[in-house]
Amino acid sequence: MPLGWFVALRFMWEQRSQNALMATGVGVGVAVLVFISALIGGLQTSLIERTTSAQAHVVVTPLELEGRPILESEADGSVEYVRRVERPIQRVRSIPDYQKHERNIATVSGVQATAPVAAGPGLAVRGATERAILVMGADADRLESVIPIRKNIVGGTYGVNASDVVLGVDLATDLGVGIGDRVRLRTARDEGQLFIVRGLVDMGNQGLNKTWALMTLRNAQTVLGLGGPSTAIYVRVRDLYAADVAAERIGRVTGLTSRSWMESNAQLLTALESQTASTTMIRFFVIVSVAIGIASVLVVSVIQRSREIGILRAMGTSRGGILRVFLIQGAIVGLLGSAVGCGMGAGLSLVFQAAVRNADGSPLFPFALTPGLFATSAAIATFAGVVAAIVPARRAARLDPAEAIRHG
Amino acid sequence: MAEQASVTREAEREGDARPVLELQGIVKEFGTGAGRTRVLHGIDLQVAPGELIAIIGPSGSGKSTLLNIIGLLMPATEGSLRLAGQDVAAMDDAALTRFRGEKIGFVFQFHHLISGLSAAENLMMPLIIRRGRVTDDMRDRARAALVEVGLGSKMDARPGQMSGGEQQRVAVARALIGNPPLVLADEPTGNLDTENSEKIFDLMRSYNKERGTAIVIVTHDPRIADRCDRIVRVVDGRIEADAPAEVHT
Repeated sequence: MPLGWFVALRFMWEQRSQNALMATGVGVGVAVLVFISALIGGLQTSLIERTTSAQAHVVVTPLELEGRPILESEADGSVEYVRRVERPIQRVRSIPDYQKHERNIATVSGVQATAPVAAGPGLAVRGATERAILVMGADADRLESVIPIRKNIVGGTYGVNASDVVLGVDLATDLGVGIGDRVRLRTARDEGQLFIVRGLVDMGNQGLNKTWALMTLRNAQTVLGLGGPSTAIYVRVRDLYAADVAAERIGRVTGLTSRSWMESNAQLLTALESQTASTTMIRFFVIVSVAIGIASVLVVSVIQRSREIGILRAMGTSRGGILRVFLIQGAIVGLLGSAVGCGMGAGLSLVFQAAVRNADGSPLFPFALTPGLFATSAAIATFAGVVAAIVPARRAARLDPAEAIRHG
Repeated sequence: MAEQASVTREAEREGDARPVLELQGIVKEFGTGAGRTRVLHGIDLQVAPGELIAIIGPSGSGKSTLLNIIGLLMPATEGSLRLAGQDVAAMDDAALTRFRGEKIGFVFQFHHLISGLSAAENLMMPLIIRRGRVTDDMRDRARAALVEVGLGSKMDARPGQMSGGEQQRVAVARALIGNPPLVLADEPTGNLDTENSEKIFDLMRSYNKERGTAIVIVTHDPRIADRCDRIVRVVDGRIEADAPAEVHT
């Protein structure tokens, strides 16, 4: 065992009550750190998961139509001038040659899966009831690879063939239809066609549950009256949080409009970032208070041990050797404290999770107790312990041995 | 390699003939400017291997300052100090610290054992410091040293569990465990009763005779001083007398 560790461990064992108290203090700080991080991390992950579970990470659509100048001329045709620029109506349009774009998108790094979809507004009609819907046509398996649908099916199946349709669960309720019932889906322009309800889906989002009508790509094309089969390409990326980078690359390789979920949910992300910033502030102050606690105890320890430090120096221990003795003590207290704190924080989180539940029995606060969180908290506390020990350790290392031995 | 070892042994034999410690014109001043105080006024002193010297003198005469300078715990303002044949003037703090650990053993008045360590661990400290780590053989050496001072049963005793005399015996054994050529003892019996004082002195004397370790004792106790080979009397920062003990008596 190296000299620094040997002396540090013996010093700590001699003052074990003091060190146990100090480690407990650090532990409380780390517990707060773990609890808050797990809570906020869990909430954020849950929120993002809920947000992204019902939408593609990146949506590729045709470029928006640009305004065309309306030209007018004098009666004699001598002068022609722009009277105004009119913004065109952004009607639902298909992507020409979408297969080529899909192949290009697949070459972008980070892209996991793609699915061509035909999506547009329509109407569901049953008897006298009409509801505005989002017609969503896609190959079931390919859409599944981008947006998980099957796990959200609450009735029937998700197998859209021929004239089958899967409706959002709230839409079905509004229309008063169930599995096997017929419903007419159309647009404002034409009569549309009849579909048989094969499944009901609950995407955990009322907006989608009230509007979604899933069908085959071809049926959607027919219902929406599209010139081509696909109005958008949905993309799933491997790293959810790098979707913006992938979207930017996809936009470059396709020349189409490419929006990531992050762009579509910018407000949510801003709110989450603010929350992260406030959590970081709380963590920072907790760490500062932990560090001050360790430093103050070690300063007292250095004063109490001045004479012993002087003797160690007289016997040939270098200043660096003395410095290490106290830095190691700081690190050990930080590490012990983090072990206590991780246990306390995890316990507190689990109790809280078990105690506070939704009406359906699921936890109200999903805590994200990950190995990474424990490792990070332990590393932060240990680092704080070492940093806190710097001042007392330097003080100990600078002690004049003759003075320290004589006056203590 | 064999030739080099032979040269080294030759040098060691030559070194044995030289004084362990040589002080020339040691001056020590504290403070600066008008507040400067000269505590030592040109001390010349030589200590031969195997000598047992007592430094005596009234309080405030500069004995402790002299001992600190000899122990490389305090730099002299002027003068030169050679220890084990080496001039320490050119050494930086790190080199001086290492050199001190190798060449000097210390015995202090109030034992100054490290309270968190057992008797054996206290004894091991000079060895651990020298090697930078604990090794398996150190405990055996500590055990043997404790047996030598009659404390074989106190291996795991903490300083607080031993009497003053026992603690000082451990301190003496600690000063000598690394076989330094010079041991400095500052009032080693100052805190002990007569019986324990005798025991401690006898212990140091036996090490001095058996191992040839030079020992410098600062003491107020005339009975201790009288039993040394030489007595150096320091008064007002100067050596007033330096003679064999029998001359003083």
